[in-house]
Amino acid sequence: MKEFKVTPIRNGTVIDHISMGMALKVLKIIGVAEDVSSTVSVLMHVPSKKAGWKDIVKIEDRELDPKELDRIALISPNATINIIRDYNVAEKFVVEVPNIVKGVMKCSNPGCITNQNEPVEPEFVVESKKPITLRCVYCDRLTTDIAENIQ
Amino acid sequence: MMSTDFKGMDVVSIRDFSREQIEHVLRLAEKMVPIAKGEERSVMLEGRILGTVFYEPSTRTRLSFESAMSRLGGKCLGFGEPKVSSVAKGETLADTIRMIDSYCDAIVLRHTQEGAARLAGHFARKPVINAGDGAGQHPTQTMLDLFTIRKEKKKIEGNHVVIVGDLKYGRTVHSLSEALAMFGAELTFVAPPNLQIPKEHLKAIEAMGHKPKISSTLGEAIKDADVLYVTRIQKERFPDLAEYQKVAGTYRIDIPMLKDAKSDLIIMHPLPRVGEIAPEVDDTQYARYFEQAFNGVPVRMALLGLVLGGLK
Repeated sequence: MKEFKVTPIRNGTVIDHISMGMALKVLKIIGVAEDVSSTVSVLMHVPSKKAGWKDIVKIEDRELDPKELDRIALISPNATINIIRDYNVAEKFVVEVPNIVKGVMKCSNPGCITNQNEPVEPEFVVESKKPITLRCVYCDRLTTDIAENIQ
Repeated sequence: MMSTDFKGMDVVSIRDFSREQIEHVLRLAEKMVPIAKGEERSVMLEGRILGTVFYEPSTRTRLSFESAMSRLGGKCLGFGEPKVSSVAKGETLADTIRMIDSYCDAIVLRHTQEGAARLAGHFARKPVINAGDGAGQHPTQTMLDLFTIRKEKKKIEGNHVVIVGDLKYGRTVHSLSEALAMFGAELTFVAPPNLQIPKEHLKAIEAMGHKPKISSTLGEAIKDADVLYVTRIQKERFPDLAEYQKVAGTYRIDIPMLKDAKSDLIIMHPLPRVGEIAPEVDDTQYARYFEQAFNGVPVRMALLGLVLGGLK
């Protein structure tokens, strides 16, 4: 019999195929850490048929907005989202890199005005989706190291 | 947007402009020259106020904007030293801009942080002109550089422009080299390896179908240069003062350095210079840096006329 380290959830969202080591950043990027009222399970370094190793996040009793979830693609482009209703997968989709990224990460340029105490959210245009390259709308600096700059 | 409709537009980055739009500015700037020299009078911007907001010291940029506005009959207000304003009390740029926005018809901003002009543009209802943001953009400098080359060489396309100095941090170099590539000039970048042109700018130039030459020695490059664009090598970029002196000495332009130069070579420099060009070069047929500094006035007149709706 297969042993489950974490049991299936009844209702909620399962984010699967997260790039190894990115699970905690995923929670940060979708803003789950601050306002949880139900169980959140984080599995890190799980064997994966596709990629060798992966991370998984399960959030019970919450269906996350697909638009919010697309942000995950920035640090984990192969992640899949499963919306679970009554133990069944009701919806399943792959995250897509958005064209504009706002308020998720800071600009990698320490000299950028958005890193000062100004009342603006950092904003980026996605210049390339493979590899993911973001250009700051304010200072034009290109950033490829997304995970490092997640706020 | 109509290609030459500039009224109310922010001037933040040279990348926001098409070649056609830049050519339009340069043509209008040509018409502004007699007014810039004081030979003709204009009341085009009478009753209009330009806010000049300078968080960093500037001589040429600020004075040439003020001259341009005054020559067109307008007035200026602002500060050239943040210590005398509420900035010293910790006011955000966003608040400072919103306040100045209500006192004037257009804002010229120089700031220490990159992206400051774009931010100001978001908070101001009036047009914002970027006069340099940190190591970022300085689009009016690029336009006056293009104006100078076009005026002296009749066209920009096909000229071999050698750019020498601090190509890594020099803010004028990045936007100028991309604009020159857009206009079809040939480019050579001469700098010590640690101050060479950043890869992302090189990529942008190559994406326009150009293959610029990269070199660390100036001698050979000067021989077939049509334009030699010299920039300052900043002492603070070198951890070792001796290393700085060695590098700065290698790129110093003097009369012997120019012995194999083309007779119609022009030498440009955004100024201030700190020994990159020997004073004896000033009196040769090559020197154009003081004309270049003057050209800031007609080019800024054209831009002010356009964004304030006095010119079309």
